[in-house]
Amino acid sequence: MTIRNTNRMNRRTLLRTGAAGMTLLMSNAAVGRLAAQEASGQVVIGFSQEPTVMHPHMPHIEVDEGIHFNLFDPLFIVDTEGNFQPSLAREVPTVENGGISEDGLNWRVKLRDDVTWHDGEPFTAEDVKFTIELNQNPDFNAMRRNGHELVRNIRIVNDHELTWEMAEPFAPYPAILSWTFIVPAHALADAENPNQTDFRSNPIGTGPFSFGERVAGNYILLNANKDYFGEGPHLEQAIFRYIPDMTVLYTQFRTGDIDVIGLQGIQPDRYEQAQQIPDREIVIAPSSAVESITFNMGNPLFQDPEVRRALSLALDRETIVEALYYGIPEKTESFLPRESYYYNEKLPEAEFDPEKAAQVLDEAGWLPGADGVREKDGVRLAFKNSTTAGNNVREQAQQLIQETYASIGVEMEISNLPPAVMWGEYWMMSQFDSVMVGITFTTGPDPDVSNYLHSSSISAQGGAGQNTWQYENERVDELLEQGGRMFVPEKRKEVYDEIQRLVHEDMPFLPMFQYANLRGHKTGLEGFDPNVNVRIETWNLNEWRWA
Amino acid sequence: MLRFLTYRLAHSLLLLFLVSVIGFMILHLAPGGPLSQFALSPGMSQAELEKIAERMGLNRPLPVQYLDWAARFVTADWGESFRDGRAVLDIIFGHLFATLLLILTSTILSVGLGTLVGVLGAMRRYSAYDYLATVGAMVALSIPTFWFGLVAIYVFSLRLGWLPSGNMYTIGDESFLDYAEHLIMPSVVLALVQVAIWSRYMRSSILDVVGQDFVRTARAKGLTRRRVLYVHILRNALIPMITLTGIQLPTLLSGALVTETVFTWPGIGRLFLDSLGYNDYPVVMGVLMFTAMFVLLGNLIADLLVAGVDPRVRLE
Repeated sequence: MTIRNTNRMNRRTLLRTGAAGMTLLMSNAAVGRLAAQEASGQVVIGFSQEPTVMHPHMPHIEVDEGIHFNLFDPLFIVDTEGNFQPSLAREVPTVENGGISEDGLNWRVKLRDDVTWHDGEPFTAEDVKFTIELNQNPDFNAMRRNGHELVRNIRIVNDHELTWEMAEPFAPYPAILSWTFIVPAHALADAENPNQTDFRSNPIGTGPFSFGERVAGNYILLNANKDYFGEGPHLEQAIFRYIPDMTVLYTQFRTGDIDVIGLQGIQPDRYEQAQQIPDREIVIAPSSAVESITFNMGNPLFQDPEVRRALSLALDRETIVEALYYGIPEKTESFLPRESYYYNEKLPEAEFDPEKAAQVLDEAGWLPGADGVREKDGVRLAFKNSTTAGNNVREQAQQLIQETYASIGVEMEISNLPPAVMWGEYWMMSQFDSVMVGITFTTGPDPDVSNYLHSSSISAQGGAGQNTWQYENERVDELLEQGGRMFVPEKRKEVYDEIQRLVHEDMPFLPMFQYANLRGHKTGLEGFDPNVNVRIETWNLNEWRWA
Repeated sequence: MLRFLTYRLAHSLLLLFLVSVIGFMILHLAPGGPLSQFALSPGMSQAELEKIAERMGLNRPLPVQYLDWAARFVTADWGESFRDGRAVLDIIFGHLFATLLLILTSTILSVGLGTLVGVLGAMRRYSAYDYLATVGAMVALSIPTFWFGLVAIYVFSLRLGWLPSGNMYTIGDESFLDYAEHLIMPSVVLALVQVAIWSRYMRSSILDVVGQDFVRTARAKGLTRRRVLYVHILRNALIPMITLTGIQLPTLLSGALVTETVFTWPGIGRLFLDSLGYNDYPVVMGVLMFTAMFVLLGNLIADLLVAGVDPRVRLE
């Protein structure tokens, strides 16, 4: 598609977009910029995955959230600094302002009284109550119930205020609420089957943009919500183009067919070339995902801490980041993103010293066998490493690691799987030896990582969570439980600093680097500001505008 | 005729049944499933995934799932997409126009050009032109469509700026000219391989006919070269081409799959690839069955046409 003239419209589109289209036409007819003063122009965003799930609480992937953020609002959002900012709520409930009780059990939320849904109905406390209860409804195909399951006795004080109780204090709940988009009770409450509603193809929100149309496999069009209560929108229309091939996505960015190259952006090997394209700005967008080599502690081999230590010493993070990822991401020692308030800066930097690694293994009794591979008590120091097949850069990293490991007498066999297999039971039920994976450990800006590090989160042992490396440390368990109940950041930080230190010592996985993604936009687009605390770069479309 | 149709219908139904069983088995027996894409979302657990699977009916035994699907299928209820919850048939029809437009345009292009190249080659056998056409066809057949598409985009969109680099239309324009402009590159790229195939078949088909007695008779009657070519040779040489069109349908569809990806053309091929990627079983099965029906129907029509135009063929 080529947007040669944003003001060119046919009758069908005009009828569809109604008043919005009218103002555009008027500005085209040189009548001047009348009502279009506030919202004008359009932006075309290219995604390499297709947003299909418009209902924000049904199972979806990150690209879908790129639409949700603009159609809907949560009670409060998290900004780029990791702070909560009120959205539908008048203020962010905290212990300080009395929104959350000292013990974290009683909540009181005051709502804005000037918000209307895209269909004109007023937004009230009823909608918030409905949204939380929808996520508790056993018949509803909810994406995540985590946190919402603890909410009890939601009481509507008046149209713009409500209270509820928590079954237990749960510190990550504010973070979860920051991506819990409020959906309209009046449009959904009467559905016979909450999973089969017209809402899935005609979503109604309170957000800065209203749903225009979706042409499956092609694009999604959003129109400015002129009555939006918050900032903006400054753009008349937003078009999300689905361009499945990464090379084509990049080419359309170069030709100018798309204004913004979003998920999954520009590949690292094109970084230098991309910077030469005239009138384009390339942005390094931090991501909270941390790339690591993880070990399955269910495998006796990895229960030996000296083996893990040696494997860490023989891991050449520097070369992987510099040579394979073109120096775009940064090395890291922690599972928490560097931008997080809770990031522990004092973790010692991992060394790369294969000789020392060999020495560690010698001392631990792992001695070279007949084929050069070390062994101890008849067990060979050999294991598989898996990742998503088809990810070239990761495969190169594996080969590099394989080589260094071989030089110290460790055999690492590369055994990659298609994504649907990799992230199925193979991952969830800890059926791997070791994996190369990029994971966001945090819950938005919240440092709670119980889901990944608490011993009760091992799915393979009947737990509920993603502690797929089967990491068990009693002290870490205690600290996680303690930190999960704390609502005062300054005190919480001490707990999470300690957790990071302990995990860094135990090395159930070896963090290599924190991801950074290459995105780009045409020069002149303002407001493009990737947020490490959310999963998609179109989280703040209401602030975007053309200079 | 009726017997022939009944036979073909029964034959087709059996084929469709086999396609559905094999397709269903391959799809479901391949490890992994539609839920793995949610695995790495924050806060996800195996227990939660199992709940989702249960609500989607994915934890039932495979034969039960198949029978359930088949029972709905025969009543024209092809199920709903796991992703957006829309009816599979609606989704397919939503993508059908794009693919048909692309396939039709490129078929017209390739048949026209292929016939011309083939006829000229056959009439001037072993001439420099004939060798050139042969080599050209070989080259065209060996160039991957994907690569050719990218090169075309590089030259005509990026360097020259003559043509849009992809998509079916400009949002907000959607005029005939706009469609045409977007259609040029994908249809030419898709037609390229087809022209090669067509010209080769056409050439040998004409050479077949040229050697036959009735052509000699026609020439002996003193008819002009032109009249012999158009009325006697070409008409007979085109008959096998009808069958070829039917046989080429699957090739054309798979070519469209690649072309649609390179040119972000929102057709059935792309739908199939995407649905496969997300393990959207109902849609994958739907597209599979739909294309199978499409190909079977295409071949049936081709056979009927041949029977219509060729008095030597009797439908038994």
